[in-house]
Amino acid sequence: MDAAPAEIRIGGRGALYLGLLLALLEINNLSVRFGGLNALTDFNFDLEAGELVGLIGPNGAGKTTAFNVVTGVYDPTEGRVQLGGKSIAGLPPHRINHLGIARTFQNIRLFGGLSVLDNVLIGFNASRGHGLVGTVLRSARHRRSDQEHSDGAMQLLQTLSLADRYDERAASLPYGDQRRLEIARALATRPRILLLDEPAAGMNPQEKIDLMQLIRFIRDEFGVGIWLIEHDMKLVMSICQRVTVLDHGETIAVGTPAEVQCDAKVCEAYLGEPV
Amino acid sequence: MAGSEPQPRLAPPALPSWVANLIIVAILAVLWPLNSVLEKNLNPYYLQILVIIGINIILATSLNLINGITGQFSLGHAGFMALGGYVAAVLFKHYQPSGSAAILFFLGMLLFGGIVAATAGLLIGIPTLRLRGDYLAIATLGFGEIIGIVINNTEHIGPFLVGGASGLHGIPAYTNFFWVYSWVVICVVCVWRIVHSTRGKAFLAVREDEIAAAATGVDTAYQKVIAFLIGAFFAGVAGALSAMWFSDLDPGSFGFIRSIEIVVMVVLGGSGSITGVILAAIVLTYLPERLRILHDWRMVIYSLLLILMMLLRPEGLLGRRELWWTRRRLRSASAAAEPST
Repeated sequence: MDAAPAEIRIGGRGALYLGLLLALLEINNLSVRFGGLNALTDFNFDLEAGELVGLIGPNGAGKTTAFNVVTGVYDPTEGRVQLGGKSIAGLPPHRINHLGIARTFQNIRLFGGLSVLDNVLIGFNASRGHGLVGTVLRSARHRRSDQEHSDGAMQLLQTLSLADRYDERAASLPYGDQRRLEIARALATRPRILLLDEPAAGMNPQEKIDLMQLIRFIRDEFGVGIWLIEHDMKLVMSICQRVTVLDHGETIAVGTPAEVQCDAKVCEAYLGEPV
Repeated sequence: MAGSEPQPRLAPPALPSWVANLIIVAILAVLWPLNSVLEKNLNPYYLQILVIIGINIILATSLNLINGITGQFSLGHAGFMALGGYVAAVLFKHYQPSGSAAILFFLGMLLFGGIVAATAGLLIGIPTLRLRGDYLAIATLGFGEIIGIVINNTEHIGPFLVGGASGLHGIPAYTNFFWVYSWVVICVVCVWRIVHSTRGKAFLAVREDEIAAAATGVDTAYQKVIAFLIGAFFAGVAGALSAMWFSDLDPGSFGFIRSIEIVVMVVLGGSGSITGVILAAIVLTYLPERLRILHDWRMVIYSLLLILMMLLRPEGLLGRRELWWTRRRLRSASAAAEPST
């Protein structure tokens, strides 16, 4: 089991950049406005490889907006987003993914009609694709690399305990497995940074505990930096090294989970919800 | 380590590539003598139906790549077909090569017709990329109509006779059974190999969820343009084949009704299923001919049959599966094609 992630890690783009830079992902003074609505104001953030950082806040605080800007779904109104020292703001989503940022979605967005294996293969191909001519002629070299892709995808599925269901339709998986598959698909693109948008939403307590272990495992095995949006405070507090709290697009607190927990503004934002 | 791991197989069970390529060459080798046998022994009426079936298979399979596999609803396929047909026919008629040069020129014109149509596919694909669903359908419909109207109003381009509204006649008829079915093989193999490869999954990803596809590193715009390009190429070749079979071209025959006919084949066969769409192309070409015994009621019964088929099998003849998929895949694939999911 150890061999699979190691192979992926060595081949990953992260290796290229190791030790080159201070912060892998750096966001400075980021603002996003939709007409008169300030979805995100003067947002600052940084993330290292191997770090696990949380982003919390009430509904509508701008958490997913932050993710959408970083992954290229929205363009920022102001501010900078840099990955490994290179500005990525305004690049199309697939380019940003190629540069090393992968994500999952709040409402799971799998390729529902395709098999579990195909879902992961699509992630694989995006990062190490080959040309159409070779595909049509089906050269021996091309066949070999196709086989390598599906072997790699199977290893990844095995790492996330989904290998048994590789030929099932993604939409027919149980909920928890769909969440895991979405993470597997994101990892297949060999990210340096993984953004998880409410991965525990809709899970029962046992599933949440499993998920917590999985997130830690992914960070350690794949060496990715993980940025996590989550409403489940217990989960955030127990696995995140740092936490940013947003409310109405503004950053109201930054710090370790313990520090943020005691912050008066945070308690206020949550209106007495136990933090 | 390797022993304990399940070895995944890509569907369908993959043959070694040299075996697959050998089979393809063998099929082509059989088609050649079959061609002369059919020409000698078969009633020309049935031979003509066979040829039209072949042309329709090319059209439906190539549209399936755009509509069924990449999920882009295009109504412009007759336009691409008209372009390919006219380009090939106009040049062929103008230069009238003879002897052994003629057959080379004919093959060259098939390719050139395809290339011109593919270029048009590229040109129509790029600006309409941002449109989806109904909007794309309308834009491509507009494109098809423009092609028809331009041809309808063009008598000459420089020294070349196009024919305008009265059509182009006396095109050298070089298309035969062999060339049509060779292109059927090329087209089906191309589309099949694209879909059943890691590379081709990107087309399916665009169909399934564009936002997720982009976040997974798929350049969705590029995939769509490529789908349009390949689809239009084969439509152009089919147009050229058809022009040089009938040796007449009528601009009116490339209206949007023709596009709809091809869309019906794709939908009825099961969008995304290559064998299903081939099956539908065969059935929907043969059926109207068979129904000629009904005289005036022919098109009524034909339309009724279409309605019945859609009511009874809304996912198409084969849904998203292929003819020989195992039961397990079959179950999950037909569930995928249910309209509710």
